[in-house]
Amino acid sequence: MSGTFLGMPSFPKNAEKALQDSQLRYNLRKATHTIRAKRATVVEELPDWLELRAAGKAIKDETLRHLDRYLLQVEEAVTKAGGHVHWASDADEANEIVTGLVRATGQTEVVKVKSMVTQEIGLNEALAKEGITAYETDLAELIVQLGDDWPSHILVPAIHRNRSEIREIFLEHMAEWGRPAPDDLGDDPRMLADAARLHLRERFLSTKVGISGANFVIAETGTLVVLESEGNGRMCLTLPETLISVVGIEKLLPTWRDLEVFLQLLPRSSTGERMNPYTSMWTGATEGQDFHLVLLDNGRTKVLADEIGRQALRCIRCSACLNVCPVYERVGGHAYGSVYPGPIGAILTPQLRGMESPLDASLPYASSLCGACYDVCPVAIDIPEVLVHLRSKAPHGPAERLGLKAAGWVLDKPVRLERAQRLATRFRGLVPKRRLPGPGAAWTDTRDVPPVPEESFRDWWDRTEGGSR
Amino acid sequence: MSSRDQILSRIRSAVAGAPEVEISRSYQTSGQEAGRVELFAERVRDYRAIVHVVPGDELAATVARALSGRGARRVVVPGGLPEGWLAAVPGLERLRDDPPLSAAELDAADGVITGCAAGIAETGTIVLDAGPGQGRRALTLVPDYHLCVVSADQIVGGVPEAVARLDPVRPQTWISGPSATSDIELNRVEGVHGPRTLEVIITR
Ligand code: SF4
Repeated sequence: MSGTFLGMPSFPKNAEKALQDSQLRYNLRKATHTIRAKRATVVEELPDWLELRAAGKAIKDETLRHLDRYLLQVEEAVTKAGGHVHWASDADEANEIVTGLVRATGQTEVVKVKSMVTQEIGLNEALAKEGITAYETDLAELIVQLGDDWPSHILVPAIHRNRSEIREIFLEHMAEWGRPAPDDLGDDPRMLADAARLHLRERFLSTKVGISGANFVIAETGTLVVLESEGNGRMCLTLPETLISVVGIEKLLPTWRDLEVFLQLLPRSSTGERMNPYTSMWTGATEGQDFHLVLLDNGRTKVLADEIGRQALRCIRCSACLNVCPVYERVGGHAYGSVYPGPIGAILTPQLRGMESPLDASLPYASSLCGACYDVCPVAIDIPEVLVHLRSKAPHGPAERLGLKAAGWVLDKPVRLERAQRLATRFRGLVPKRRLPGPGAAWTDTRDVPPVPEESFRDWWDRTEGGSR
Repeated sequence: MSSRDQILSRIRSAVAGAPEVEISRSYQTSGQEAGRVELFAERVRDYRAIVHVVPGDELAATVARALSGRGARRVVVPGGLPEGWLAAVPGLERLRDDPPLSAAELDAADGVITGCAAGIAETGTIVLDAGPGQGRRALTLVPDYHLCVVSADQIVGGVPEAVARLDPVRPQTWISGPSATSDIELNRVEGVHGPRTLEVIITR
């Protein structure tokens, strides 16, 4: 893993910053609680949720068990359907491949649909170095890009921004990237969404290269699947003459039929809807398009080699675990220093990147082990189990100290968290629902509330050299 | 060693000796039969789409009312759409995708009318697969208004039945309501980049 977030200070330092930001904490609380409630309603609607969850877990385990075979199947199916398949060991290689493909088209602009994996490899920055501009088209990603900021949530990356901030960002920065925002722009969400529609419209209709990720890739048929809400995904996938999809090797599903499970698990867990507005599926070169699939390792095979840690590769990036996490709710996504925030980030990032840096070594401690993340996970990843496992592997002294400091930033009294962690460890396996009794349940909202800082996260970052000053 | 071989060999050594996995599909694979059409209509309405349920012989009149209600005169008509559906619309300019319409031409259209490949009652989803009367994917994406006709026998109970019925080799678009975003303070706003209005006519 590389890119934007490398070199950030440890989790507790980041958490301190976040905890001082009242707007951020208010927005986060509202967002996580709202989505959490919506999810619970639509999950309860399905009498067979537990069976779906068990099947989802098993299908992903089967994928991982025979990943070599399934990858070869994908390669064959996509190639047969007129697409081109590329293999990338790491971020640099993936960026080189994509850059080369864009250059071969002679284009200097690409439209992108929200994709975590291209953030993971720092693709936009790599393209920029070669003089290629990547335009983010998801509304939230657009807000993040225009605000020179970083995403803070998997599903709603700009959730740390409120409407008046978004209005300001549009008024100030849209013109630098294309069609300016209307002068009389208000801060009503409808108006803001309309401004984004207009800003991106011509770009969609004229740009010749699209870049995407994928939620699933079907080994049996070579079909790629992208779920979205706004229609920007459909625009990027459908209109350009060349489509490049960068996909982590763990995104495979063995058979077409497996979608009957995941198209129920993912939308309900993610946005809390019965189904998301748009899902696109295509196989190889479609409707005359030139199609390239880039299969990315970038540390995944290392994760696969860890018997306990490998379950993190089942993740379908629904973000349900973020929305129930008491630590995430207070510190937000930026504190995790990676594109993968929250509980999943706490187990995925240190495994993908290793635990050499203070940040990555402190991540396994960014949790109270309350187990709420495991309860909601649609593929039953036992996040607390992996956290405990990683703690045993983290370079001990400094990581632990930092971890306890992290607790201090999150709860007012570090001693409470210490006790909570010990309790949690002791109760694991005894308490079936893994709800933490006592201190772990008593997260309180008692921090002082200083005014909202006026600078962007990245400006703050630059000014303080990553919070170290 | 190529990256391909490297990745494959890393995988093989990572999972060597790992146990085999058994997948149990004990979840429901068929939805309820009774009340499918009503459930579908209700769920599509939940997404704030406009929904009509009419007897088959009222289809043409309903199409005509829908288009004139929108003031839609220049409408994209995909190949294979039954002419009868448009029989009651006076003075309609039919934009045919043959030769293919440019993105700008699609953008300038008042709307598009299509059939579909399947409807899913439980989730209120319409599936398009570029078959007759549906056209390529851009046709239902760029125009701001999508009028979609679903016949009762195309509606299945749940997601598993739809997956079983569909052909993975065909490009598919699953549509559940008009395009939407909740990116600004989680307020749902309908209509961002896809058609801002979705109108569905269900015939039985
Ligand atoms: S770990 Fe589970 S709950 Fe969290 S994002 Fe991944 S799939 Fe969703």
